Amino acid sequence: MAINWFKYSAPTTFYPLAGKLIPWFAISSLILFAVGLYIGFVVAPADAQQGEFYRIIFIHVPSSIISMFLYLIMAAYAALGLIFNTRLSSMMASAIAPTGALFAFISLWTGALWGKPMWGAWWVWDARLTSELILLFLYLGFIALHASIDDPRRADRAAALLAIVGSVNVPIIYFSVKWWNTLHQGSTIKYSGTSMHIAMQQAMFTMLAACWLYAIAIALTRVRSIILERERNSKWITELAEVKS
Amino acid sequence: MSLDIWMRENPLTYIWVGSYAVAFLIFAVEIAMVVHKRKITLQQVRLMREADQSEED
Amino acid sequence: MKKLSLISLFVLVMRRDLVLAMRRRADVLTTLIFFVMVVSLFPLGVGPEMDMLRKMAPGVLWVAALLSSMLSLGRLFSADYLDGTLEQMLLAPQSLSVLVLGKMVSHWMVSGLPLVLLTPVLGLQFDMSAPAIGVLMLGLLLGTPILSMVGAIGAALTLGLRGGGVLLSLLVLPLCIPVLIFGTGAVQAVSSGLNVSAHLSLMGALLVLALAFTPWVTAQALRISME
Repeated sequence: MAINWFKYSAPTTFYPLAGKLIPWFAISSLILFAVGLYIGFVVAPADAQQGEFYRIIFIHVPSSIISMFLYLIMAAYAALGLIFNTRLSSMMASAIAPTGALFAFISLWTGALWGKPMWGAWWVWDARLTSELILLFLYLGFIALHASIDDPRRADRAAALLAIVGSVNVPIIYFSVKWWNTLHQGSTIKYSGTSMHIAMQQAMFTMLAACWLYAIAIALTRVRSIILERERNSKWITELAEVKS
Repeated sequence: MSLDIWMRENPLTYIWVGSYAVAFLIFAVEIAMVVHKRKITLQQVRLMREADQSEED
Repeated sequence: MKKLSLISLFVLVMRRDLVLAMRRRADVLTTLIFFVMVVSLFPLGVGPEMDMLRKMAPGVLWVAALLSSMLSLGRLFSADYLDGTLEQMLLAPQSLSVLVLGKMVSHWMVSGLPLVLLTPVLGLQFDMSAPAIGVLMLGLLLGTPILSMVGAIGAALTLGLRGGGVLLSLLVLPLCIPVLIFGTGAVQAVSSGLNVSAHLSLMGALLVLALAFTPWVTAQALRISME
C-alpha cells in the first residue's frame, strides 16, 4: 500500500493532525525539561575549571544549535513553498521564524552571561558570537519583510526568496567572520577542552531534545492560527468543532 | 566591582536568575503570545461565520 | 518586433539609466555628499589623534560606503516602478536578468564608482599611506559592485512598500558583512606589511559569485513584487 505523503501537506488534513500532536510534544517537552534540569543541576558534578558556571551550557548550547537549524528548516520550507507553490510550507516558514529569532536571542543572552565570569567581559567579538548575532539579524529581516507586505501571497514569496539568499550567505558569513576573528587575534580563551562528564552530556542532550519538542509544539500552534486566519473563508474552517461552538 | 564578587560567591543564583529564568520567561511570553493569537483568530473566524449565517437567513 | 542581442540589450538599458541619472544629478550628488559627510564626522566623534584615525580609516570608509550605497538603492527600481516602465520591462520578450544586470551596472557607475574616486581625498584626511589608499581603492573597486548587486535583491523585494528604505537596510546590511570584512582586512594587511592578494582574490571570488547569481535572483524578486 502506497502511503500518500502529500495527504498531510494540505491544510485541511494538517490542521487536525497538528492539533492532535501538539499536546504530546508539549507534555514530553515539559518532562524532558524537568529531567534535563535535574541531571544538569543535581547529578552532574561541578567542572574542574569553570566551577558551577559551566551549567549555563545546558540552555546555551541547545538554543544555539536550534536557532541555526531552525533557519535552515525555515529556508527549506520557504523554498518548497516558492518552488512547488504549496500553501502549507510557506505558512510553516513564517510560523518558525519568531521561534528561531527567540532562540537566537536566548543563545546570545546566555552566551553573554557565560562570558562574563569566564572571559571577564559580557561580549567578546568571538566568531561564534558574532555569527549568532548576524543570524538574529537575518531572522529579524525575514520577519520584518513578511510583516510589511500586506498581500500574504507576495509576503510569503518575497520572504522565501530572502530566506534562500540568506541561507546561501550563512556559510560565507561564518567563514569570513571566523577569518576576521583570527586576523584580529581575538579572545585566546577557547571553550575548555576538558572531556565532558557523562552526566553533563546526558543533561545537554536531554535539554536539547526538550528545546526541540518545545520549538515544534510552538511552531505547530502558531501555524494552526495562521491556517485559521488565511483560510477563514473556506468551508472546512466554518465546519470545525471549535469554530461552531 | 561588587557584581563580580557577588557572582563568584553565588554562582548558582547567578546562573538561575541570569540565564535560566530569562530563558523560561521568554518561553512563557512566547507561549502566552501564541495562545492569545489562537484565541483572537478563533474569535474572528467565529464572528465571520455568524455574520455569514445571519446574511443567509 | 526585432529581438535584440543580449549585449545590445545590456548596453541599451545601461545607457538609458545613465542618461536618466545625468538628468537628475542632484540625487547622485546627495549620495556623494552623504558619504563625505559621514566620513568627516568620525574624527569629530572620536578625537583627532592621527594614530587612531589611521587605524580606523578603512573601516570608517567602508561603513560609510555601505551606508551611502543603501541610500541610493531605493532609487534603483522605484522610478521605473512608479511610471510603469518596470511593468513593460517584465512583459518584454528579452531576458529580464540581463536587463537587471544593466541597471545594476549603471547604478554602480553612478553611486559606487564616484566613491572609489573620492577615496584618495578622504584617505588623506585620515593620514593613510599611499599603498594603503591604493589597496583601499582596489578593494572598493571590487566590493562596491557587490553592494549594488546584493542591494538590488533587497530593492526588488521591498519595491513599493511603506518604510522601504529602512527595511532595505535591515535586509541587505547583514548580507554585506563579508565584503566589509575582506575590504578592511586587505587594508590592514598592507599596513602591517602582509600580502593582500588573499583578501582581494576572495573579494574577486565574491564578485564573480554575485555576478553569476544576483541578476537572476533579482529578476525573480521583481516578478514576485510585480505580480
